[in-house]
Amino acid sequence: MASPLSIRNLSVAYQKKVVLENISFSVPKGKLIGIIGPNGAGKSTLIKAILDLVPSISGDVSIFGGSYEKNRKSVGYVPQRESVDWDFPTDALDVVTMGRYGKLGWLKRPSQKDKEIARQCLEKVGMSEYSNRQISQLSGGQQQRVFLARALAQEAELYFMDEPFVGVDAATEKAIIALLNSLKNQGKTVLVVHHDLNTVKEYFDWVMLLNVSLVDVGPTEDIFTTEALQKTYGGKLTMLDGESSPIIIN
Amino acid sequence: MNFLQLIQDPNTQWILAGTLLLGICSGVIGCFAYLRKQSLMGDALAHAALPGICVAFMLTGTKSIIGFLIGALVAGVVATFAIGYITRESRIKQDAALGIILSVFFGIGIVLLTKIQHSSYGNQSGLDKFLFGHAAAMVSDDVKIMALICAFLIFITWLLFKEFKIVSFDPNFAKGLGFPIKLLDQLIMLLLVVAVVVGIQAVGVVLMAAMLITPAVSARYWTNKLHYMIILASAIGGISGIGGTLLSSLGNNLPTGPLIVLSATVIFVFSLLFAPNKGVIAKMRVRYYMKKTTKHSIENSIMTATKPKEGQS
Amino acid sequence: MSSFWIILIGSLVACSCSIVGCFLVLRKMSMVGDAISHAVLPGIVIAFLLSGSKEPIFMIAGAIIFGLLTVYLISMFSNSGVQADAAIGVVFTALFAIGVVLVSLYTRQVHIDLDHVLYGEIAYAQWDLISVAGIDFIPRSVWLVGAVFLVNILLITTFYKQFKLCAFDPIMAAALGIPVVFFHYLLMTLVSVTTVISFDSVGAILVVGMLIVPAATAYLLTEQLSKMIVISCLIGICCSAGGYYLAFLLDASIAGCMVTIAGLLFTITLFFSPSHGVISKMIRRKQLSRKMASNDATL
Repeated sequence: MASPLSIRNLSVAYQKKVVLENISFSVPKGKLIGIIGPNGAGKSTLIKAILDLVPSISGDVSIFGGSYEKNRKSVGYVPQRESVDWDFPTDALDVVTMGRYGKLGWLKRPSQKDKEIARQCLEKVGMSEYSNRQISQLSGGQQQRVFLARALAQEAELYFMDEPFVGVDAATEKAIIALLNSLKNQGKTVLVVHHDLNTVKEYFDWVMLLNVSLVDVGPTEDIFTTEALQKTYGGKLTMLDGESSPIIIN
Repeated sequence: MNFLQLIQDPNTQWILAGTLLLGICSGVIGCFAYLRKQSLMGDALAHAALPGICVAFMLTGTKSIIGFLIGALVAGVVATFAIGYITRESRIKQDAALGIILSVFFGIGIVLLTKIQHSSYGNQSGLDKFLFGHAAAMVSDDVKIMALICAFLIFITWLLFKEFKIVSFDPNFAKGLGFPIKLLDQLIMLLLVVAVVVGIQAVGVVLMAAMLITPAVSARYWTNKLHYMIILASAIGGISGIGGTLLSSLGNNLPTGPLIVLSATVIFVFSLLFAPNKGVIAKMRVRYYMKKTTKHSIENSIMTATKPKEGQS
Repeated sequence: MSSFWIILIGSLVACSCSIVGCFLVLRKMSMVGDAISHAVLPGIVIAFLLSGSKEPIFMIAGAIIFGLLTVYLISMFSNSGVQADAAIGVVFTALFAIGVVLVSLYTRQVHIDLDHVLYGEIAYAQWDLISVAGIDFIPRSVWLVGAVFLVNILLITTFYKQFKLCAFDPIMAAALGIPVVFFHYLLMTLVSVTTVISFDSVGAILVVGMLIVPAATAYLLTEQLSKMIVISCLIGICCSAGGYYLAFLLDASIAGCMVTIAGLLFTITLFFSPSHGVISKMIRRKQLSRKMASNDATL
């Protein structure tokens, strides 16, 4: 069975600056993978380069053994919340239904079945009662859940999520993590750009350490060590001895 | 002739039909321009149309409306491309790119216009009517062509409604789903050019932007659903078109463009003030009500807290 | 002799516009500049109707009032939920429409015809001589435009630090105690005055060209604000001279030719600027690719 995601020699530059250098890795199926690194490490850029949203200077991306073009129906994407104008005249259910547009292709309108799938996805994220709420009236956590529901509506096998926990309350964070785990248990692969080092061990079974180049990638117990972290963050980390594991201050 | 006679005159009816179509067209596509934060793009495209119209006149030597429309279309497409190119390939931001294309294309247009006016057949060109609009010059053939173009625009928008919606709301996500966002962007831009081309006869190049912006903005105040917004904007645009044209028939020397724009602006101000939920007056009432009830409940809490309990002195 | 006056007036207009235009471009307010240049029309007409005279002082007053009104209305609509670009569009089109209607209704009283408003009459300006301090061979326009030019230079150089910081980082400026709002409205006042004085020569529609295009061209040539202002003025002077000769060649509007030359210079700079040109960037990208490939080879 082909790996859900296989990258070879991916490099991305922005004007004169190299933001991703020679990234190569392969991830196994059914894992919850955290992408970790300091600001400017290229974490969001990595996802965008894989999804062909930013141009790369070099590299091959293979998704389930084929190109992204070929297998994009198997990929789900939850972008950062700022990427969208939340004043757009639409409600939560409508946004989730947009996740079905990929399956519909050109011209076809969403059917009752699509709307039903959208409703179920809203329920999975606990937002059923907000179906008809105008999106500008939703809180940050609620908006994030709507985005998540939209990705679920895509019915993908490989998910990319860009900082889904930013600006989100504790209850929403727990709900999201529970959802991601259920995806994992269904055999889906999820890559998450994450910023809070203190929750990495608890949330992710694999981790990717990134700082322009790939520091390391693999199971969390093996990879997520103090030395590796210092290497990734260039010595800019402060670690306090916590009760069970070190508390990291970034 | 008096007002009633005026309306029953078939010429007037054609003109009113024309301005109605203009209003509807610009209302529909103006909504997408507004939501995509490209409101002023319409202004740039309208100004850019001028050299296209002049070149068409210089090439064909006639006042053919089809020629003008094709000229304006070509100029609009070139302008769109130029704005995108400048914004993408240089550090110039979009607002400056719009300003550059708007003024340079218009400048070239003025050069061509003055050249034509100085030449032998310049005075019959009717080209300067394109600056501030002259709806009264529209004849039935013009209006029939406008009707076809308008129908085309509305049809495409209806057909690709969900595609336009998603590419306007979340282009990155749309791209991820496999929609060719560049193509859709160009298509929306093309429809914008089409609406401009239809509208400049009545409203003129300088004020066309208003027809793309003002009805859409007004409609936004009344609804939170995209399809209602589009319908409302086209209605407001149509009413402004007719209203402005009727007003201009009252005077002798009044260009239609400004009066159509002012009609739309009046509707905008009305919407701004009186729309339920979003209008200024509605918001003031909510604030006032919130102040009163909060004050009331604070007073109540204080009263309950300070009320002496039973059995105590 | 006449070409000298025309080119001089054009240059003074272009330089006055460039000085304030640089700040408009940097603050992403190019279209606000466009809006003001249109919206001052009703100001001029009303000033004329109320005062009964064509003295520049009334026109300038009318322009300032309407220029500031425009900016105020745009902020007001922006703050009450209308998107910024749409607010600009609604306000300036409404005000300009009022202006055009007034001109059409009162053409006889106002002595402004729409053509003059649009294209300007720079060629005729030279004949309007007035006597100032005993000098009587200088056209009135030169005095007016020269005065505005000097005022712009004076204010911008005096408050250079403040204008610069407000453009770059208004939040920090406010934190330092600089009255950001005051400087904002001061800049808009300068734009209004520059615009109305430029009307006479280049007309309403093309003022925005002189405000934005040379400034944007200079933006592609330098990293320093001071140099950007100087370069844009030089470009403006080229546009004035070049525009005049082009208009003579083509027998067309001088103002239109000025803006056309500005467009030409901008296009050349867009591609060939050593620091920011498209061609230079392509060359640099190829060099970077080659360097990365050779790095791979050595690994």
